Amino acid sequence: MIKLKINGQEQTWEGDPTLPLLWFIRDEVGLTGTKFGCGEALCGACTVLLDKEAVRSCVTAVSDVAGREVTTIEGLHPTGDHPVQKAWRQANVPQCGFCQAGQIMQAASLLMQNPKPSHDQIREAMSGNICRCGCYQRIENAVHLASTGV
Amino acid sequence: MNIIANPNKLRGFERSIKVENVSRRDIVKGLGIAGAFVLAAPLTSRPALAAYETGAGKMPHGVVVDPRVFVSIAPDGMVTIIAHRSEMGTGVRTSLPLIVAEEMEADWSRVHVQQAPGDEAKYGNQDTDGSRSTRHYLLPMRQIGACARTMLEAAAAKRWGVPATEVKAANHEVVHNASGRKIGFGELAADAAKEPVPNIDGLKLKDPKDFRYLGKGEVSIVDLRDITTGTARYGADVRLPGMKYAVIARPPVTGGKLVSFDGSEAMKVPGVEKVMEVKGWPWPSKFQPLGGVAVIARNTGAAIKGRDALKLIWDDGANGKYDSVSYRTELEAAARKPGLVVRKEGDVDAALKGADKVVVGEYYLPHLAHVSMEPPVAVANVKGDKAEIWAPVQSPGGTHEDVAKTLGIPVENVTVNVTLLGGGFGRKSKCDFALEAALLSKELGAPVKVQWTREDDVRHDFLHTVSVERIEAGLDKNGKVIAWRHRSVAPSIASTFAAGAVHQAPFELGMGLIDMPFEIANIQCENPEAAAHTRIGWFRSVSNIPRAFAVQSMVGEIAHATNRDQKEMLLELIGSPRIVNLSSVKDPWNYGEPYSSYPIDTARLRKVVELVAEKGEWGRSVPKGHGLGIAVHRSFVSYIATIVEVAVDEKGKLTVPRVDTAIDCGTFVNPERIQSQLEGAAVMGLSLAKYGEITFKDGKVQQKNLDDFPVIRIDESPRVTNVYIVPPGPETPPSGVGEPGVPPFAPALVNAIFAATGKRIRALPIGKQLET
Repeated sequence: MIKLKINGQEQTWEGDPTLPLLWFIRDEVGLTGTKFGCGEALCGACTVLLDKEAVRSCVTAVSDVAGREVTTIEGLHPTGDHPVQKAWRQANVPQCGFCQAGQIMQAASLLMQNPKPSHDQIREAMSGNICRCGCYQRIENAVHLASTGV
Repeated sequence: MNIIANPNKLRGFERSIKVENVSRRDIVKGLGIAGAFVLAAPLTSRPALAAYETGAGKMPHGVVVDPRVFVSIAPDGMVTIIAHRSEMGTGVRTSLPLIVAEEMEADWSRVHVQQAPGDEAKYGNQDTDGSRSTRHYLLPMRQIGACARTMLEAAAAKRWGVPATEVKAANHEVVHNASGRKIGFGELAADAAKEPVPNIDGLKLKDPKDFRYLGKGEVSIVDLRDITTGTARYGADVRLPGMKYAVIARPPVTGGKLVSFDGSEAMKVPGVEKVMEVKGWPWPSKFQPLGGVAVIARNTGAAIKGRDALKLIWDDGANGKYDSVSYRTELEAAARKPGLVVRKEGDVDAALKGADKVVVGEYYLPHLAHVSMEPPVAVANVKGDKAEIWAPVQSPGGTHEDVAKTLGIPVENVTVNVTLLGGGFGRKSKCDFALEAALLSKELGAPVKVQWTREDDVRHDFLHTVSVERIEAGLDKNGKVIAWRHRSVAPSIASTFAAGAVHQAPFELGMGLIDMPFEIANIQCENPEAAAHTRIGWFRSVSNIPRAFAVQSMVGEIAHATNRDQKEMLLELIGSPRIVNLSSVKDPWNYGEPYSSYPIDTARLRKVVELVAEKGEWGRSVPKGHGLGIAVHRSFVSYIATIVEVAVDEKGKLTVPRVDTAIDCGTFVNPERIQSQLEGAAVMGLSLAKYGEITFKDGKVQQKNLDDFPVIRIDESPRVTNVYIVPPGPETPPSGVGEPGVPPFAPALVNAIFAATGKRIRALPIGKQLET
């Protein structure tokens, strides 16, 4: 049996240990904020935090995170008011919104590691997250806004 | 086969065109809001009118203008407004209810937006495509709001025993100024419901100068908070008790079918519960499923792993030889020979023969996949002769009807719940994924979610067409263009509906070919034949992509040939401010809009060129290796001009430091969402120009995911995109926004590349063409 914590709550899994964490989170635990976009770590829609690090849950096996602490978009902030979430709303970032949870988790991870990124650093750090609607200008501005205070 | 004469046959499929009545029972049942009070009693609904005419009434099921269908007021004053179109990122789920709230004087903070299920008999047309929502519904939504306001005012006047002319609704209450009395909407709701619905003809609409919300861009989308907290519900997020998870192996070649399969290894995968065949329809069959083999599991991951273990034998069928390399050669050969003439003015052959110089451009644009971030997905729960669907569909009404037809049950027994769409771009106008879920649920007797993987999405899309566009422009001694022949050859979307469609339908010809606005004496547009070998569908802006690319690249080529500035050349070709006379075209289509309301107005076309040139500082000096390009295009009855600044380094790597776009979309609702649509269109335009290409070999799509079908990421997206919106005249009807930003981007980019490098890109994607 694999044990792990998701958003502070202990979860157990007795099924296939190679099951991608994404499907464990979405289908077995029922937290659907984390999205499926590609299954190959190409788009970042499934990004969650493993401690402070952003990882792609679609290529991370449940067994890889045994005993670890996973944070999804639902657990980023108790009231949904993490500086990145607030900045996202202030900048009216989303269009369809489907990739945004992954974008926000990636941005939150970036700011934990580099609280004052330059615009170039933002563009580099966010380049693993695709937005097909093309909200990039606003994503860049929102991350900057979050880093300078909302 | 001839050109299909009636575009509605395709757009509306087989559905009839009429304005439907609604019954009270349906209204009450449909709203179903606890404690809410539905405005008023049953009567017939009315079509929209009359301040300007649109094509809305000709859409399947037309327009329903009825406050009792769209508005309800709870005793606590909470106003619920129905959004009947699908939200895929344009902001429509906010914008249309906002229009109602504006007219009825509702306070937006006390408005709840409720998504309508697919039910066009009740709500009118719900096809969220063709950049039509604001265009078709600005006036009807205003009328709905004004009806509700008038009823509330009448109820208050009665209660106070004063003439209705003395009371006025303002900010969620009705006020009697003379006595200072006020009464809230909630308190009035029951009485207002007893008032007759006013005649639309006599309705008093608000003076735009009194607008609190419309045109301001200060209201964020209603789902903003939910999106940022992960609680917004997309199709993929629907979960039902006892729900099974399915993925499907589909025939790799369009029109192929299953010969045999062995699911024994798949059944060994932990979590896999069943392997079963899925019914498929022969190609072409509109949006019916392709068929194949489904793996049913307790979670999606197990289903995917199980599918990987399937042993499958397919019969590829007639399209097994489809090959993009040889197909391109076929299209080019067709474009070099005369084809079906679809527009003819003057004598282009004679004029070309007599020309001092002929500039020829032949342009190739490949298939594109939509790759919306949310791959197709749907949940179905079929029990006996009843079906409930949850799906991210652009076509709620069509899905409603298609599910009923596919399952062979009455349409009243089908409920289609429309979730948020994680992108659409035309892909989700086709409900095949919902039909698959319905078929599987029926057979399993349990709720099922069908999840397409990204590989499924790339390999089994309804692709953007592939085309060769060939333009010959004849110039006289002074460099004036006197002849213009444009041949456009591409498999038609009509081929997805009917076998043997080899010519473009009017709605495709009308996207930048026959509606070309230049003032040239001799014009001929031709459409040679092209047979389809895969499923072709609508992709954001559709045939405007190749047409704008060809026409606006050609402007750049002529400017170069005559040593003139691109923008000056463009304005000269557009010519005098006038309404373009399309009397030589049998069916000008005009996006389904009456030409009287939405003519091709070259003054507006010129204006966006001049506006973007001014704001975008056309002619500014740029560093070495940089270049500026310009393009303008009218599509979805809007006018858009774009300037791209490109930088190409010594290795041929291109970046886009700046984009400027000007749009004239007439009267608008939410300029902030217009801006976001155009920012996004620049990114999508850059994606298709730089990378977009789906190719076939042996009938199979050669790409599979976002590594070999890449799209633009943030690190290569334009550094800045500036958007300018032309203020509308008082009488300018609204026009499209979602799609028109895409077409001018790629030609502006390649014109910029030419300015920067002297290299003319005539085939997309740019790929490695600039590498040195």
